[in-house]
Amino acid sequence: MMDKVLLAGFGGQGVMFIGKILAYAAMLGSLEVCWIPSYGPEMRGGTANCSVILSDEEIHSPVIDQADAGIVLNKPSFDKFLTRIRPGGVLVVNSSIIEMDKTRDDIEIIAIPAGDIAHEIGNPSLANMVCLGALLPKLKLVSLDKIEKALDEVVGKKKPELYEWNLTAIKKGLES
Amino acid sequence: MSKVLLKGNEAIAEAAMRAGCKLFFGYPITPSTEIIEYLAKHLPEAGGTVLQAECEVAAINMCFGAAAAGARVMTASSSPGISLKQEGISYLAANELPVVIVNINRTGPGLGGLGPTQSDYFQSTRGGGHGDYRLIVLAPSKAQELYDLTMEAFDLADKYRNPVLILADGFLGQMMEPVLLKEKKEGNLPPKDWQTDGCKGRAKRKIASYFLVNELAEEACQRWQAKYDQIKEAEQRWESFYADDAEYLLVGYGTCGRIAKSVVLNARKQGMKLGLIRPITLWPFPVKAFTSHFDGIKGIVTVELNAGQMIEDVKLAVNCRVPVHLYKRQGGMLPHEREILKFVGQVFNLPVRGEA
Repeated sequence: MMDKVLLAGFGGQGVMFIGKILAYAAMLGSLEVCWIPSYGPEMRGGTANCSVILSDEEIHSPVIDQADAGIVLNKPSFDKFLTRIRPGGVLVVNSSIIEMDKTRDDIEIIAIPAGDIAHEIGNPSLANMVCLGALLPKLKLVSLDKIEKALDEVVGKKKPELYEWNLTAIKKGLES
Repeated sequence: MSKVLLKGNEAIAEAAMRAGCKLFFGYPITPSTEIIEYLAKHLPEAGGTVLQAECEVAAINMCFGAAAAGARVMTASSSPGISLKQEGISYLAANELPVVIVNINRTGPGLGGLGPTQSDYFQSTRGGGHGDYRLIVLAPSKAQELYDLTMEAFDLADKYRNPVLILADGFLGQMMEPVLLKEKKEGNLPPKDWQTDGCKGRAKRKIASYFLVNELAEEACQRWQAKYDQIKEAEQRWESFYADDAEYLLVGYGTCGRIAKSVVLNARKQGMKLGLIRPITLWPFPVKAFTSHFDGIKGIVTVELNAGQMIEDVKLAVNCRVPVHLYKRQGGMLPHEREILKFVGQVFNLPVRGEA
């Protein structure tokens, strides 16, 4: 079993962080994982993206042509990655700032006002975690308890208050 | 022992520290920069020194000095930086100094681009600088192997008194994977009875590579060649993947090696008897891999991120007894497993189902 996940947004929206949480969740769950950033000049432009492959067996090719799932946090990412989800896959769209001027009927699109929800929680920078929460039920290999462990590992020890913020945002995304 | 998530470049740096590397000289360049960054942060805590040299030429010559004094030392760069180091590397080979050199290959020629590529295969395996010499060249294909082979590179360098090159690409360097941080194995290495670390109480030693008498120069060449022959015999490494009963073989290393594994698994699902030889040492090239698997092989495809460089070594290894084709991507692009399988089907006239 494998989850190939694409994550994209503006630099600063916490795209790499979602990837890191997913990667730690997989590793702490004794899964195989590859976290692949886009690197080089692209990072200084409009979108930051990374992809994560989670698997219960060895990951050979790390090249993702069509992903099983994706999160897009801004419009340029939506434009770029809408076509990169495999038929039957799922794309979480931050509808607070993405106007969906096109769509696909062969994938599931979860439009969630993640920016607004994050604002209501009291921290606008948590839109990324709201989207991760919305994606979680669609992933085959990670669940909330593994994500909690990953959060604890990555931010819990240094900044316990951030752990709570992030977890609240993920749960909001899960509920919506 | 638990695993940690590390970028490939960080895995190299961590392994070097745990292998007892105390000195690092380098000049940052994308996509290898995390190596010097990680070491600058952690090596001083471990009692070592990282020095950002004024340029690549200075860095490699600092490595010369450190190795001559007996220290475990490493440098890292990416293609244009490695080109600058070539004069120094040639001197390291001539003076038989154990230095570990990392090349996180970026595209060329010239300043090139940052994407993953294998365009420095010739430069790496043919020596690279002037003179008739070879480096031991290791080609890892995932973060754990970057770690393991870096650690081993220091032992190989000491064992043979020869520079060792680790050749990877930006994709491997930037990708994060879980790595098991193994401890150094206590090897049985020869004493450094040649190091120039102060001669108080013993006879003077000299490390130099200048021969004014041709007879002596030839003698040195023969000594080096005898060492290279010994390495060729003892150190060829490769991984065979479904190669035992294969009728067709892929050959690929590094990033291409792992992509090729997915191709093989997809081919097997379709009943195609495809296998893989993944060279782990690029020099010495694993010629033995081809002699031991050869009987039923009808054709070979090398998968490379260059215009076709390793294919020459594959053709030599099989004496051109079977057709050898090249599937390539260049300029920082990676092939998808589907396009490779389609190509295999085309060149050998084999049926391939669409969405493999």
